[in-house]
Amino acid sequence: MPKRTDIKSVLVIGSGPIVIGQAAEFDYSGTQACRVLRAEGLRVILVNSNPATIMTDPEIADATYVEPITPDFVEKIIAKERPDVLLPTLGGQTALNTAISLHENGTLAKYGVELIGANVEAIHKGEDRQLFKGVVEAVNAKIGHGESARSVICHTMDEIMAGVDTLGGYPVVVRPSFTMGGAGSGFAHDEEDLRRIAGQGLALSPTTEVLLEESILGWKEYELELMRDRNDNVVVVCSIENFDPMGVHTGDSITVAPAMTLTDREYQTLRDIGIAIIREVGVDTGGCNIQFAINPDDGRIIVIEMNPRVSRSSALASKATGFPIAKIAAKLAVGYTLDEIPNDITEKTPASFEPALDYVVVKVPRFAFEKFPSADATLTTTMKSVGEAMAMGRNFPEALNKALRSLEKKGSQFSWIGEIGDKDALLAKAAVPTDGRINTVMEAIRAGATQQEVFESTKIDPWFVDQLFLLDEIAAEVAEADRLDPELLRHAKRHGFSDQQIGEIRGLKPDVVREVRHALGIRPVFKTVDTCAAEFAANTPYFYSSYDEESEVAPRTKPAVIILGSGPNRIGQGIEFDYSCVHASFALAEAGYETVMVNCNPETVSTDYDTSDRLYFEPLTLEDVLEIVHAETLAGPLAGVIVQLGGQTPLGLAQALKDNGVPIVGTQPEAIDLAEERGAFGRVLRDAGLPAPKHGTAFSFEEAKAIADEIGYPVLARPSYVLGGRGMEIVYDEPSLASYLERHAGLISEHPVLIDRFLDDAVEIDVDALFDGTELYLGGVMEHIEEAGIHSGDSACALPPITLGGYDIKRLRTSTEAIARGVGVRGLINIQFALSGDILYVLEANPRASRTVPFTSKATAVPLAKAAARISLGATIAELRAEGMLPTEGDGGTLPANCPISVKEAVMPWSRFRDIHGRGVDTVLGPEMRSTGEVMGIDTVFGTAYAKAQSGAYGALPTKGKVFVSVANRDKRNLVFPARALVELGFEVLATSGTAEVLQRGGIPSTVVRKHSEGEGPNGERTIVQLIHDGEVDLIINTPYGTGGRLDGYEIRTAAVSRGVPCLTTVQAMGAAVQGIDALTRGDVGVMSLQEHAALINSARK
Amino acid sequence: MTAPAPLTTRQPRAARRERVPAVLVLEDGRTFRGQAYGATGETFGEAVFNTGMSGYQETLTDPSYHRQVVVMTAPQIGNTGVNDEDPESARIWVAGYVVRDPARVPSNWRSKRSLDEELANQGVVGISGIDTRALTRHLRERGAMRVGIFSGPALAEESELLARVLQAPEMKGADLCAEVATTEPYIVPAVGAKRFTVAAVDLGIKAMTPQRMAERGIEVHVLPANSTVEDIYAVAPDGVFFSNGPGDPATADHQVAVMQEVLARRTPLFGICFGNQILGRALGFGTYKLKYGHRGINQPVQDRSTGKVEVTAHNHGFAVEAPLDKVSDTPYGRAEVSHVCLNDNVVEGLQCLDVPAFSVQYHPEAAAGPHDAAYLFDRFVDLMTASHANAGS
Repeated sequence: MPKRTDIKSVLVIGSGPIVIGQAAEFDYSGTQACRVLRAEGLRVILVNSNPATIMTDPEIADATYVEPITPDFVEKIIAKERPDVLLPTLGGQTALNTAISLHENGTLAKYGVELIGANVEAIHKGEDRQLFKGVVEAVNAKIGHGESARSVICHTMDEIMAGVDTLGGYPVVVRPSFTMGGAGSGFAHDEEDLRRIAGQGLALSPTTEVLLEESILGWKEYELELMRDRNDNVVVVCSIENFDPMGVHTGDSITVAPAMTLTDREYQTLRDIGIAIIREVGVDTGGCNIQFAINPDDGRIIVIEMNPRVSRSSALASKATGFPIAKIAAKLAVGYTLDEIPNDITEKTPASFEPALDYVVVKVPRFAFEKFPSADATLTTTMKSVGEAMAMGRNFPEALNKALRSLEKKGSQFSWIGEIGDKDALLAKAAVPTDGRINTVMEAIRAGATQQEVFESTKIDPWFVDQLFLLDEIAAEVAEADRLDPELLRHAKRHGFSDQQIGEIRGLKPDVVREVRHALGIRPVFKTVDTCAAEFAANTPYFYSSYDEESEVAPRTKPAVIILGSGPNRIGQGIEFDYSCVHASFALAEAGYETVMVNCNPETVSTDYDTSDRLYFEPLTLEDVLEIVHAETLAGPLAGVIVQLGGQTPLGLAQALKDNGVPIVGTQPEAIDLAEERGAFGRVLRDAGLPAPKHGTAFSFEEAKAIADEIGYPVLARPSYVLGGRGMEIVYDEPSLASYLERHAGLISEHPVLIDRFLDDAVEIDVDALFDGTELYLGGVMEHIEEAGIHSGDSACALPPITLGGYDIKRLRTSTEAIARGVGVRGLINIQFALSGDILYVLEANPRASRTVPFTSKATAVPLAKAAARISLGATIAELRAEGMLPTEGDGGTLPANCPISVKEAVMPWSRFRDIHGRGVDTVLGPEMRSTGEVMGIDTVFGTAYAKAQSGAYGALPTKGKVFVSVANRDKRNLVFPARALVELGFEVLATSGTAEVLQRGGIPSTVVRKHSEGEGPNGERTIVQLIHDGEVDLIINTPYGTGGRLDGYEIRTAAVSRGVPCLTTVQAMGAAVQGIDALTRGDVGVMSLQEHAALINSARK
Repeated sequence: MTAPAPLTTRQPRAARRERVPAVLVLEDGRTFRGQAYGATGETFGEAVFNTGMSGYQETLTDPSYHRQVVVMTAPQIGNTGVNDEDPESARIWVAGYVVRDPARVPSNWRSKRSLDEELANQGVVGISGIDTRALTRHLRERGAMRVGIFSGPALAEESELLARVLQAPEMKGADLCAEVATTEPYIVPAVGAKRFTVAAVDLGIKAMTPQRMAERGIEVHVLPANSTVEDIYAVAPDGVFFSNGPGDPATADHQVAVMQEVLARRTPLFGICFGNQILGRALGFGTYKLKYGHRGINQPVQDRSTGKVEVTAHNHGFAVEAPLDKVSDTPYGRAEVSHVCLNDNVVEGLQCLDVPAFSVQYHPEAAAGPHDAAYLFDRFVDLMTASHANAGS
């Protein structure tokens, strides 16, 4: 049954900003789908508010709308574009929910838009827990297998309390309906737990509905990825087994593919149930994910849930098997059947089969609890990880060790040195799932725990437990052997031990182990991911390493460029860097190079085997990268390795790679050092005559105090040699400085603490630029909305800058060029400036692609990362201008006057975290970055663009209602104008007494409300926190006080998060919000595609 | 609830497991060195690879693997141990077993013992720790070939081992089904009410096949491979079944002749695997040896009557040569290819249009494998029902 001929245009909805539970995997899925649909000759219309994605590149769709993914905005796009069909299954829960809203409010019917990929009934049957239970019952009636956990649906707290009794008591699981990534789910062990979790669940669920169910904690957990076509052909693409038993969200579990501990009978029963479910739910074309729990004692199978769309797991399954689920789903949606679609990898066999793996895949989650020290780090059914790494090996231990070192996090790898701990304490610790539990288990094994004890404590399947014991035995062999003979070394390498681990055990440097290994000729081979376990020849070079016999890397003639990716997503290093790597790959392929991508993040576009000529799915460590370089050097000419696009991960490898004779292209490691090392960078600035804020370096409190006294409080304190603003704080006085040094004693022990003058009231500016050695191309100038002191990744910003004039831009250009030249940049550089008074300070410079490159590229319609890749390999800016990659004249500093304004807003993960008492974590922005993602708003004026960015990030700004204002003393003088504007817009102002006084003096009426610390009034007057919880506040402006009043602010801001009320924590954001609300109030906000946007800029440039 | 299977106690750290060397030698001289697995000694057979990621117990006990050395492409084997419910026959039939990483501790609530023990107990010589992917690619490119596995006292110079491999018999021309089939007839009773009687000629039948029939109300009389037409009709069958089995179908002249008589009598007939090849030959088609065969549980087969694709279990090294693009005229009326493998267009099923007979090259009984093709047993039932109706009218 070939493609439908009645579809000419399709609207694809993306997933919006990266948040926990909905991350880069949807960029991968969406990009694949858009490409496929365009290749089928359809007009593809895309909406996604996330500028850091490849899918929102103007080449990927015909009309790309970087607009908020809300029913209102999507309706505007539908009205303008009139697509024939809407494909909602590739943009996660966001896209699915938006599509359902558009169906329910009649928009789809009004414009005659058909939903493809999944119908509304199927979506409801899959997502609504009660309906899904019915599905499972129907399946059981048909095939005699599959059941749901015993459960009750509740809509009120009374029903919840009654429900516990019908289930036979605690513990129970709470699952809110229609939330993504399991938001709001949890285990309740007693009534207090239950009231808290279920209360929040009711609030989070759009249908005020939660499900309570029997506990299946400790059971084995499995997932199947299925696909079905319109001919009712169904295939199971992949089975996934969770290493961590039931109780930990699958996104937070270590997972393994294929399933390791199922007999064929058990597996086929899961498969039968899965197929019966996809049919019963009625997913006509596309993919779904089904989760199962199996009782390890008797094999009883419980169906947990299904997602009638592509998901994080389907992205993982696609990377694990080489079967591209999203791509195939898009083809099925437009009418093809599985047997009509060729298998990309073999090219000769069809997609209507089930991949066979001859390797083991392990995925491990990456957490960011260090960014949220007050958050409870226990893993539950609510997802908390911010990223993941995947690795493949020819056995489980090899894949596991590779995955753990891919995490690139201190302590993530097994270690066999150091004190042996107390067995019982370690077993007790391992009983609670946390980040790094697997390492605790290994410590328990070292401490003498038996397999039975480990199983009893963790419920991790005995087969997996034995594999950990195997690793421990090999470690012991390595430790106790008289000499590291070839047989033993090979044995350890076959089980994934890194040179560093072996060196650690033997007391050798990793370099020595590597040299010995190479001298003995013990090197990994590279095997192909081919979907068919070598049954057919594969033509797609998708490789993983293994210590085995035969390598499959084919020789080539074109010069290769190896691009090092950015590894697992984490806060501070996310999808933005993947974007730059993918762009480099595209640009260099076009320029005639053979592109070779190295990365270990399964969520990304870079690890799609379609992106580069060759893909190595490998850890980004020196050892692993050197082996790839070796293999590729044997395969043909190597032009060099690009390290400047994947963020700090590849940058950190640059010097060592160069020292090992690997050619680094673009900015050289020495130049990178020059920018990172403070003293040297200071000299660069001095030579160029550029001011930096006063600063000093201290090893002790006395030294720190002396420096702070000299430069004056407030100061910015941070440990040296840390990334992402880790441990960075604004310190307002001497006692705070003392406490800072105490708290960070660990970080400071080896490296000094840096004390900078903190520029109060300064405007922070970010610049992205290209430099080729002679010419500077200013990519873009971004003016931050929040003042200096908020990490640039967490700050909203505008491009072109809204308040800077021609003189400022000129100064920025001169300074940027001086630094780029002084450092020796060949490619991209990002510099942060602060404009305080009339002085332009240089805060820091990073000679690499920055987080803002995709935003700048989209806002100015210029592919900066592509240009950087070309410059790295020797092209000049003049040549790129001549080619048309860069504008013929001018740059991002000379944008036309009528250029639309782009606003970037950061998205914070507050609602995901709770402290150990179950309370929310504080939401104040600071110098340490904590956002997970970003959105972009574009419009002709700043206010509308800001309003769009807010809608995209947090939901629409209110245009009426009650605004609560409470600001720190230093912000009070800046409060009056925006507050007056809000009153004029019709808002009622609530304020705490101090703020109310200021407002009154400014002639602004306000209602005084009680502070949280004052408690309820004598006549039951509610505090502001109670008012927020009762849903009576529509907008909150609360700037943190330097020292006092912190607790009040904390309660207000956490209440805002739990109720989903917009909460602005800087007075600058308030000013911007006022402009945004004003724009929304004044009337119709339009939508504009990036292609239209680019045409506008480009015509103005001519 | 039963307690989980007891776990082994912890070995002292660094109790270095003894790695007993073993060698695998292919008839073209390629050699792989690994460790002994299962029994030590030597074994010979035809090297074939199986891509199933589950179901090793079913594979090992499938009589069609008689005289074959099976290479598992899935690297971790033995994880769920061995139980007493899943075997497809009373013993392990593979001549040798090749895996990359055998389990040390089995884990499954039904597991009774480890696979390592089971192989050793049944004297099956195996090898582990070799690059099974390299071996598979070799077999894919060069075709299935003779192989020997050697360990312990059987180890010798490579040239000597190669000479021993070259002395072993080839699969082409091998008449093996009598070696694996039952020697005495036995009955598998119908589950529930009996509706039909089927005479099933055992050429290496898997236990799941009569069970799938029994579940549909069929009393299955399993008969030895060399049964005659008289033996078959002695049980007054409503239908006749020819099973899977090892060896070259070109040697099965006796069974072909028997089946021709069944076709002539228009008794409903169903064949699986070897049974499909016999039907092919009975109709006058040829059979041939595939380069490296189909062995796995993920093969896409299209039912040409419905266009639907089923994911199926395969284990065949030979195939029927019949035209895909037309209906053929045979001594028993018209016949056509009903099923085809979408990977390589190999004939996977035959349908007679004028007599009540059909067969498939693959395994609708699965075990191991997906259950997508179970409907074929229903077709057999339908055929017998229709035949009854015709007889009645």
